[in-house]
Amino acid sequence: MDSSTLFGIATIGYILAMVSYIVYLAFRNRTVGIIATTVTVVSFIAHTGAFFMRWYEGYVMGLRSLWHPPISNLYESIIFFIWCLILGYLIIEIKYKNRSFGAFVTPIAGLALAFIEMTGMSKEIEPLVPALQSNWLLAHVTMSFISYSLFGLSFATAIMYLIEKTEKKTEPAYIFWSVSLGVLIVLLIAMSLDYLEFHVAATSSENIKNYLFRATFKSPNPTVALLSWIASFAIIATVWATGGYLKKIVSAFNVTPELLDELTYKTVAIGFPIFTLGGLIFGAIWADQAWGVYWSWDPKETWSLITWFVYAFFLHARLMRGWRGKRAAIVSVIGFVAVVFTYLGVNLLLSGLHSYGSLS
Amino acid sequence: MAERDKTFVDRIWDFFASVKLAVVLFSLIALTSIVGTVIEQNAPPEKNIIVLKRLLGERLAPEAYRVLDSLGFMDMYHSWWFVTLLVLFAMNLIVCSLERLPRIWRLTTEPIKPLNPDKPPSFPIRKEITLKADPETLREALISALKKTGFRPMNSPMQKGGFQLYAQKGNWSRLGVYITHLSIIIIMVGAVIGIFFGFNGFLNLPEGRSSDVAYSRKDSRPHQLGFTIRCDDFDVEFYGMSDMPKDYRSWLTVFKDGKEVMRKMIEVNEPLRYGGYTFYQASYGMLSTGGGYFIFRVRGPDGKTETVTKIMGESFVIPGTKIKGTIKKFSPALAVTQDGRTYTYTEMMNNPAVYIEFTEKGKPKYSGWILKRYPKTWRLPDGSMVQFIDYWGVQYTGLQVRKDPGVWIVYLGCIVMGIGLYMAFFMSHRKIWLIVSEAKDGSLVRVFATANKNRPAFERKIETMVSNLTEEV
Ligand code: HEM
Repeated sequence: MDSSTLFGIATIGYILAMVSYIVYLAFRNRTVGIIATTVTVVSFIAHTGAFFMRWYEGYVMGLRSLWHPPISNLYESIIFFIWCLILGYLIIEIKYKNRSFGAFVTPIAGLALAFIEMTGMSKEIEPLVPALQSNWLLAHVTMSFISYSLFGLSFATAIMYLIEKTEKKTEPAYIFWSVSLGVLIVLLIAMSLDYLEFHVAATSSENIKNYLFRATFKSPNPTVALLSWIASFAIIATVWATGGYLKKIVSAFNVTPELLDELTYKTVAIGFPIFTLGGLIFGAIWADQAWGVYWSWDPKETWSLITWFVYAFFLHARLMRGWRGKRAAIVSVIGFVAVVFTYLGVNLLLSGLHSYGSLS
Repeated sequence: MAERDKTFVDRIWDFFASVKLAVVLFSLIALTSIVGTVIEQNAPPEKNIIVLKRLLGERLAPEAYRVLDSLGFMDMYHSWWFVTLLVLFAMNLIVCSLERLPRIWRLTTEPIKPLNPDKPPSFPIRKEITLKADPETLREALISALKKTGFRPMNSPMQKGGFQLYAQKGNWSRLGVYITHLSIIIIMVGAVIGIFFGFNGFLNLPEGRSSDVAYSRKDSRPHQLGFTIRCDDFDVEFYGMSDMPKDYRSWLTVFKDGKEVMRKMIEVNEPLRYGGYTFYQASYGMLSTGGGYFIFRVRGPDGKTETVTKIMGESFVIPGTKIKGTIKKFSPALAVTQDGRTYTYTEMMNNPAVYIEFTEKGKPKYSGWILKRYPKTWRLPDGSMVQFIDYWGVQYTGLQVRKDPGVWIVYLGCIVMGIGLYMAFFMSHRKIWLIVSEAKDGSLVRVFATANKNRPAFERKIETMVSNLTEEV
C-alpha cells in the first residue's frame, strides 16, 4: 500500500463522516453520531499513516531529506490543513462532549478535498527547489497551517453562532451570514463547473488561473456570463430567504450560543499567537535568510499582515463594550475569509513573488 | 476631570489612549493594504493600467490610474499617508499602553492580602470542606498541598482561632499584553533604522574575480564595502539526472587590507556575513565573453592520476601514455536528438560537455563528447579516464548584498513578541485563599480563588487538590 491509496481511504472516510454528521444533526440519532465519530477517527488514522508514508516515500525517492515532511507544495499543505482541522475538531468533540460541530467542520474538510480534485492540482512528490530547503520555512508552514485550522474552527463556530442568534431577515448580522454562505455556495458551484468543463486541460501543466470562472462569470459567451450572475443572485437570495430552516436545525441542537462564542474566542486566542510567531515572524526570518529582506510588502506577506490585523481587531474589539457576540462573530468570519484569500486568492488572483504554493 | 476642563494636550492624549482609535487604525491599515496588493507596486505604468482595465473597463482605467498615482498608490507602502497611518498606530500603541501601565503595574506587584474571614467578597471559584482534624494539625498538610499545586502560601493567624493561607502566581503574566505591545514598537524602531542606515544592493561576481564595491538596487550606483570579496567558484547541483536545481553554491573569500579574513561556501539559505554586510546567493549566469579554464582529472591506464587545467584549443597528455587530447568544442547544455545529432538546449551550464580529440603520434585515435554530469562518458576505450571537473571562470554568481543594522533589533522585537504573546495567552494570574477555622468535629476549610484566564482549568486543579486532601486526612 502506498500513501495515495491510504489517503484515498481517508478522503472517502471524510466524505462519509461529513454525511453522517449532517444526518446526525438533522435527526439526532445517537447511533449515527457514534458512526460519524468512528468514521472520522478511522479516516484520521489512515490520513496520519498516509502523511508519514508520503514523508518516507519522498526520502526513499531521493527527492527530499528526512528533515522535510510533506508540506511543501499546495497539495500537501491543503492535506496538512485538513489533518490539523480534523485533529482540532476531535479534541473539541472529546473535550466538550458535543458532536454537532462536526456538521460544520467536516464540510470545510470536504470543501478542501473537493478543491484539490476540482483544480486538478499536481499530487506528485516534488523535489524541493533550493529556496524551500529551510528549517525556518518548515516551521513557518507548519505553524501557519495549525493556525489556519484554528481560524477555520473559529469560523465554523462563529457561523453557527450567527445562525442561532439572528432573528429578523432584515437584521445586518442575518444578511451577513446568509450572504456569506450564499457566496460560498456560488463559488463552489462555479468552481465545480470549471472543473467539469476544463478538467482535462487543467490536469496538464496549464495553470488553473487561466480557467478560474471561465465556465461561468468569465465565459467568452456573454449570455452565459450574464446568466451566471443572475443565477448567483438567485442562489444568494434563496439562502437568505430560507435561512430560517438552518436556524431551526442548529438551534434544535444543544449547543448554547455562549459556548459557541467562547469557542470562537478560544480558537482565535490560541491561533493568534501561533500565527504571529509561525506565520509572520518565522516567515520573515526565512525571507531574511533566503533573500536578505525580512519584509518586502509582497502580496502574500501583505495579506498575512491584513489577516493579522483582522484578528488583532477581533481581540481588541472584545475590550470595548458591545463588541461581543454577533459583531465579534462577524469579525471572525471576515478573518477566515482573509485567511483563505492569503492562502489561495493571492496565488489564484494576484500574482506574487512567492512561487511557493502555485498550482502547477 | 470634567470634559470641558481638559486642556488641549489632555484631549490629544485621550484621543491616542483609546482602543477605539486602535481598531479604526487596524481597519484602515488592512483596507488600504488590500489596494497595494491589487496594484503592483513600483511596476511600470503599463502593467497597472492593464490591471485597472481588467477591473474597471477600458474607459475608466486611465482616469483611475491618474487618481491612484497622484495619491501615491503606485508605491503606497512608502507614501506619506501610509507612513502617517503607521506613525499614528505607533503613537496609539505607546500612549494607550502608558495610560494603563500604572494600574497594571499595581496589579502585578501588589502582594496578596488576607481576606476578611467574616465577610469574604464573592469569588468565581469557591468551595467548602470539613476535615476531621483540628486546624493546627491540618496546617502542614494544607501548605504542602498548595505547594504541590505550585503556590508558595503565606500564613496569617486569625483572631478567633484558625488561620488563613493565601498565595498567588502568574501575576507577571498581566504584563504580557504590554510586552507584546512593546515588541511591536521595537520591531518598528528596527525597521526604521534599517531604512535610514541600511544598504540594499547586488553584485554579480564572475568566478575568479573580486570586487570591493556592490551596486545599489535603487540607482545601481557603486557602494564601497570597505573590504574585498572574491568568488572562487560557483556550482549548481541538480536532482539526479534532471534539470531541477537542488542547490546553488558559491565559494567566497573575503580580504581585508590585503589579508584573507574569511572563506565560506554559501547556499540559498546560508549567506555569508562580514563587516555588517550579508551576501546571499540570489542568482547566477554565464559570461558572454567565454574564455574559461577546463579542469580535468586524468587517469592513465596504469592508475597514475593528474589534474590538468587548459583553455580551449590546448592539449594534455594522458599520464603513462603517448596519447594527447585536444579540446575542440564546448557546450554548456548538451542534448542529443533521436537521430544522434547534438545541440545546445540552453545557454546556462545545465549539462556542460566538452569535445576532445585524442591522437597518438599525430594520428587520430578517438574523439567525442565528455559530459560533466555523466561519468560513463569519462571512460576512454583504452581504460584511461578523463573526468570533467569544471569549466571554470565563465559563470558568475549573483549576490544580493544587504546591510541592515536594524535587523537585530527586529529579531529582538520578535523574541520579545514571542514571550509577550505566551504570557498574554497561555499564562494566567491565579489567586487562592484557604480560610481554616474550627468546626464541630474538626475544621472547616473555605477555599476562594480567581484566575484571569482559563478559569475552568484552575477550578479542576483545585478540585483535585481538595479531593486529595480529603483522602489524606
Ligand atoms: C497589531 C498590533 C497589536 C497587537 C498584535 C496587539 C496585541 C494585543 C494582545 C495579544 C492583547 C491581549 C488581548 C487578549 O488578551 O484578548 C492586547 C490587549 C490590549 N491592547 Fe493591543 N495589540 C496591538 C495594538 C494595540 C494598539 C494600537 C492599542 C492602542 C490602543 C492596543 C491596546 C490594547 C489594550 C488596551 C489591551 C488590553 C489590555 C488589558 O487587558 O489590560 N493594542 N493587545
